[in-house]
Amino acid sequence: MSVTTTRGAEPLPTTSHARNWRPGYAVKLLLMALVNAFGVYTIWAAYLQSSWGIAIGSAVILVVVDWIYFAKRTLPLKYIVPGLLFLLVFQLGSMLYTGYVAFTNYSTGHNTTMDQAVDAIMIQNERRSEDSPSYPLVVVRDEDALGFAILDGETVRVGTAEEALADAPDAVVDGTSIVEVPGWEVVPRTDVLTDQELQEAVLALRVPVSEDAEEGSIRTREGSTGAVYRSSLEYDQDAGTMTDTASGVVYHADQQQGLFVAEDGTALTVGWRVHVGFDNFTRAFTEADYSTAFLRIVLWTFAFAALSVASAFLVGLALAIVFDDTRLRARKLMRTLFVLPYAFPAFLSALLWRGMLNPNPQYGLINDWFFFDAYIRWLSDPFLAKVALLVVNLWLSFPYWFVITTGALQSLPDDVMEAARIDGAGGWRTWRSITLPLLLVSTAPLLIASFAFNFNNFALIFMLTGGGPRFTDTSAALGHTDILISMIYQISGAAGGRSDYGLASALSILVFLVVGTISALAFRQTRKLEEIL
Amino acid sequence: MADIVVDRRRGARRARWLAEVGWKYPLALVVIFLATFPLLYVVSVAVAQNSTLTGSTRLFGSFSTANFVALGETSFWTWCLNTIIIGSATAVGSVLMGAAAAYAFSRFQFRGRRFALTSLLIVQMFPQMLAFVAIYLLLLTIGDVIPALGINSKLALIAVYLGGALGSNTFLMYGFFNTIPKSLDEAAKIDGATHSQIYWGIILRLVTPILAVVGLLSFIGTFGDFILARIILTQESSWTLAVGMYQWVASELNANWGLFTAGSVIASLPILILFFALQKYIVGGLTAGSVKG
Repeated sequence: MSVTTTRGAEPLPTTSHARNWRPGYAVKLLLMALVNAFGVYTIWAAYLQSSWGIAIGSAVILVVVDWIYFAKRTLPLKYIVPGLLFLLVFQLGSMLYTGYVAFTNYSTGHNTTMDQAVDAIMIQNERRSEDSPSYPLVVVRDEDALGFAILDGETVRVGTAEEALADAPDAVVDGTSIVEVPGWEVVPRTDVLTDQELQEAVLALRVPVSEDAEEGSIRTREGSTGAVYRSSLEYDQDAGTMTDTASGVVYHADQQQGLFVAEDGTALTVGWRVHVGFDNFTRAFTEADYSTAFLRIVLWTFAFAALSVASAFLVGLALAIVFDDTRLRARKLMRTLFVLPYAFPAFLSALLWRGMLNPNPQYGLINDWFFFDAYIRWLSDPFLAKVALLVVNLWLSFPYWFVITTGALQSLPDDVMEAARIDGAGGWRTWRSITLPLLLVSTAPLLIASFAFNFNNFALIFMLTGGGPRFTDTSAALGHTDILISMIYQISGAAGGRSDYGLASALSILVFLVVGTISALAFRQTRKLEEIL
Repeated sequence: MADIVVDRRRGARRARWLAEVGWKYPLALVVIFLATFPLLYVVSVAVAQNSTLTGSTRLFGSFSTANFVALGETSFWTWCLNTIIIGSATAVGSVLMGAAAAYAFSRFQFRGRRFALTSLLIVQMFPQMLAFVAIYLLLLTIGDVIPALGINSKLALIAVYLGGALGSNTFLMYGFFNTIPKSLDEAAKIDGATHSQIYWGIILRLVTPILAVVGLLSFIGTFGDFILARIILTQESSWTLAVGMYQWVASELNANWGLFTAGSVIASLPILILFFALQKYIVGGLTAGSVKG
């Protein structure tokens, strides 16, 4: 038997697993049964929702996983696949999806397909039709659906959102109120009035009058009377037009914008997702709301990252030089206390500093202790907010560089130093020509990584200044201390307001490019370093 | 005469000591003061009597446990529990997946091995949070199909974190696995052990220290993450500490610093302990940038 495994071939088992039961095999079978159950459930649920992408994707994954764990020649994959699956779906998948969304107009008002947009428009433009009487109405429900029962003359008719109104001949009526509907539970009106969730569901419920959508649907405003509502717009699928029945204005589907647009340029509010090519990439530069802010934010992002790294590195290095001295006592204690700011959770520090920088010296420690009780608005002045950010980031990260550079200084080769001294180099000359270059070479990858980290230091910006103070010359919710990633956060609508996923994704790709370039540089530096050592 | 010479020499030595070493002590005190005063201030406000910050710029002016007691009336302990659940699940998952992949890369020769390692190296350069917009949209879509994996699900957040597990942990462990002599597994193989017996029974036991380190680092990383937790967990009852405590002080007018500082003291203690226990791994450079959130 060969002892080196090649191409993942297992040493030939003498008996098959089926005849040689081991507890491990039982565990594997159980786990695979669970995985298959989950996989089949996912495929089924996706099929019911008509989510074909997810259905096909999970079917492929399930087949591949089964093959990997029951075939013999797939040994390495058996170990790699669990992590790889998560990586593919949640990291690579989300990166690719970013790329896809960046070329669409996915945003508030453009977040569905055209069919769904048509439905939404029809519902939005529903008006109570003028010839419709008020019907006495009760809310009914069974296990899975909410419905309306209305009294139409003498007959009771009942229906749900899915099923159009149908006669319920055995219903019991007392005067003008419906008491009982066979097969349905009549919801007491007090429940409708007190249960907030139920109330919303009732107000949103539309029960079609008949199978023909043109006839409109029953809706209610207070849960006791209903009326027929019809859309004021008429949709012609073949022509792709919406016609306003009252004014006669025709809206044409514009597949470039994902909107129904009339001759005079007015558009219906709900649109759909369409591909827009490179629009999102140019919008940051051209659109009035963003263009003025964008360049300043890009500049500040680079400045913030570079200054943060430089200041923390220099301070850390200076401390390392001063305190890397064997004649000092209690060095271990000093080191532990120096490192505390880095050990304390960063998000807590950022929030804490926000409190300490309160302009009112009664509350703000910084103004009280260090600035003679002056009323300095650290976080609401554009320049001071930037200074505050840099100082807080220096406080957060100088300990890191203190530890790194102490280590680097201690590991400098003694023989080189010795040679320099013999050659007659003084302290300064040795430092400038030997120590510093060697130090920079060994810490360059970390400096670059730290730059990339600060380039995307969302938590600090968001927690300390929230990007503010706001720019006064744009209506976008962006501010003087926003960096690219916090700008993306604003645009994505995660903080509230309008969502523009397309633009946010396009900007994310820009950040990807910057981070990719930085990482490539770091990679080359590491290679260079390896050549030196 | 002799006494004066000795005195002068002693004086000169003392002056030299002051110039070369002595001045470093006062400087150290200044640095220590700057490094620790915000932390002392946190503790001081946490144990202060009045829970607002009024007049509390004096350190340790009063002592009371009122703020800690008041934490019980908030969702603080729920957030703690959420953070622990999410952090532990992510840590255990990352360790299991990362170790398995590191084992495969370290022990098997297979087609595409170099390519896979290089790809991992490239993928791990892009922090997951950069794609937060797409992650949000992806979870919206998945949530329509499997509600348990949609927005506002802790499980979904854990799954997202696990997506980054392979990239950030495999290399750390791969190097460590390579230091375990291959002759060990070969001997076991000759004795008839299967690959899974070798993995679970021999290799994993030998690398336990690195597994613990990777798990704890991943826990600290999860603890500090803000952006993903904030966009995925929308309901107060499922927030993590980072999201919840931000909310306490987010608005200037209703900021509750008493609660915040008391919570900070409790939340940071375990992290500080972990940090100093793992210090050499955290600042060793291997995990630069990926640990602090």
